[in-house]
Amino acid sequence: MGNADTLTQRLDVAAVRALFPVLHQQVHGHALAYLDNGATTQMPLEVMDALRRFETHDRANIHRGVHTLSQRATDAFDGARAVLKRFVGAGKAHELVFTSGTTEALNTIANGLWAGGPGHAWLREGDEIIVSGLEHHANIIPWQHAARLTGARLLILRADEQGRVHEADLKKLLSPRTRVFSITACANATGERPPYEALLQLASDAGALTVLDAAQAVSHAVPHLSDLACDFMVFSGHKMYGPMGTGAMVGKRSALEKLYPLRLGGDMVDWTRYEDAGFAELPARLEGGTPNVGGAVGLAAAAQFIERMGRAAIDAHVHALRAQALAGLQNIAGVRVLAPHAKASALVSFVAQDAHPHDIGTLLDERGIAVRTGHHCAQPLLDQLVQGPTTRASFAIYNTPEEVDRLIAAVAHAVKALR
Amino acid sequence: MSSAEDDLYQQIVMEHKRAPRNFGHLAHPTHQAQGTNPSCGDKIAVELELEGDHIKAIAFNGQACAICMASSSMMTEAIKGRDVQLAKELQQHFRGVLTGEIDPDDVEIGKLVALAAVRRYPSRIKCALLGWHALMHAIAGQAGAATTETANSGE
Repeated sequence: MGNADTLTQRLDVAAVRALFPVLHQQVHGHALAYLDNGATTQMPLEVMDALRRFETHDRANIHRGVHTLSQRATDAFDGARAVLKRFVGAGKAHELVFTSGTTEALNTIANGLWAGGPGHAWLREGDEIIVSGLEHHANIIPWQHAARLTGARLLILRADEQGRVHEADLKKLLSPRTRVFSITACANATGERPPYEALLQLASDAGALTVLDAAQAVSHAVPHLSDLACDFMVFSGHKMYGPMGTGAMVGKRSALEKLYPLRLGGDMVDWTRYEDAGFAELPARLEGGTPNVGGAVGLAAAAQFIERMGRAAIDAHVHALRAQALAGLQNIAGVRVLAPHAKASALVSFVAQDAHPHDIGTLLDERGIAVRTGHHCAQPLLDQLVQGPTTRASFAIYNTPEEVDRLIAAVAHAVKALR
Repeated sequence: MSSAEDDLYQQIVMEHKRAPRNFGHLAHPTHQAQGTNPSCGDKIAVELELEGDHIKAIAFNGQACAICMASSSMMTEAIKGRDVQLAKELQQHFRGVLTGEIDPDDVEIGKLVALAAVRRYPSRIKCALLGWHALMHAIAGQAGAATTETANSGE
């Protein structure tokens, strides 16, 4: 693929930081240390420039007019699609559909598998859906709804007490009734990186459609779609240095064709009569209505930014920051880091005895340090592992070892102050 | 010392957090309700023993942050032995102070004034009000029925 990564590539973090204007500000009198990248990453200038260029020169509706701007906007949209397909390793059998993010993508899949009605639905009464226990609410609740509406059963591939999921446990759950298996590439609440390649393969071999939520991996370790037994992979723009409200679902054409379109209307039909309509080919049939063309352009620019910086270099950088944070936090009495073994992630999630995450988060904010606190929209997993919320620091290309040192010192102080 | 430690986590707040008053369960609650903070999953349950409008006994339980624990603890101290009308008024005044609608100097909220600084931390107002939501739901519930309601049920 068009990926120029080499292991010798190193990041010049100071130069990288210069590309992110938002980082250069004070919060409560301290330099901002933005460590909430698992929720939203910041945008570099080149992504903002791409957005601005489109809005300034090419903005028009796509696929509609014969005029010049409409053609340019159409070209920009299709060009963005091509860039992103390359970025995720999509092949000829794949297509990419733009969405507003991972949540919309997962809803489109879960609901698209039954919304065509009894004659067309992939999911029917008595079928089984398996979802891993590591998931974000966005990869649980749509499946609960799909199961309820179709009479299918939702089964959970539970994590063990260390927060890991196992192939052997999936084998026990799989059956001829399994129609869907959905799993994350990296758990947002703990950083756990499940063996998704093997799990997807097992489920696929059993005849299930397979879904991979790559939201947490896409900024540094995007899975290579063509190497996976994966029918649908989904991700969000705002977690990969791109615009908010953007994202995509990339899948095998044969799988995407199983989805009944949920956004019925303009630009997704071949013909329409008062009585009925014929749906367009992919990807248009799943992109009804005027899409976020500027957002797609920005998302593609973000993918190019990641490739320009080098995926391996970014990966090595965030892993080093995570390792530093892990070592420092584990040194603080009463602090327990979840999934300490999850070296492939870019985050640390932890609990502290007698110090609640919301209180820790407030004291960190006082020192200009932005972290996420709460259940991270993964309440079932955290209920199982720690019976409550956690504090999560998550790292990106622009974070520095000094910021991690500040995090460790601030957590040590907060834990003491809150006891 | 940071200002949060000076004004948000005052000594009295931390003291209530460490040793919450009226924490636990009542033997014979007549009214009860639970409140949930959707961003962290924290839950506070409030149990009341009402005789008419008189709050004969109150207890709370659950797991929550320092602000929430201290607020709930002080709440139980302030309204135990008082009547329902006073509890409602105090809730309105305290809420008004936190949301910035009432100046803390213009209203009598007793010890709860120690939490007035929460008004400067908008993301924490929900924490300070969670126990109060549960209290209001408990009072509003049918007498004798052990209703469990979810205040603040977020999507």
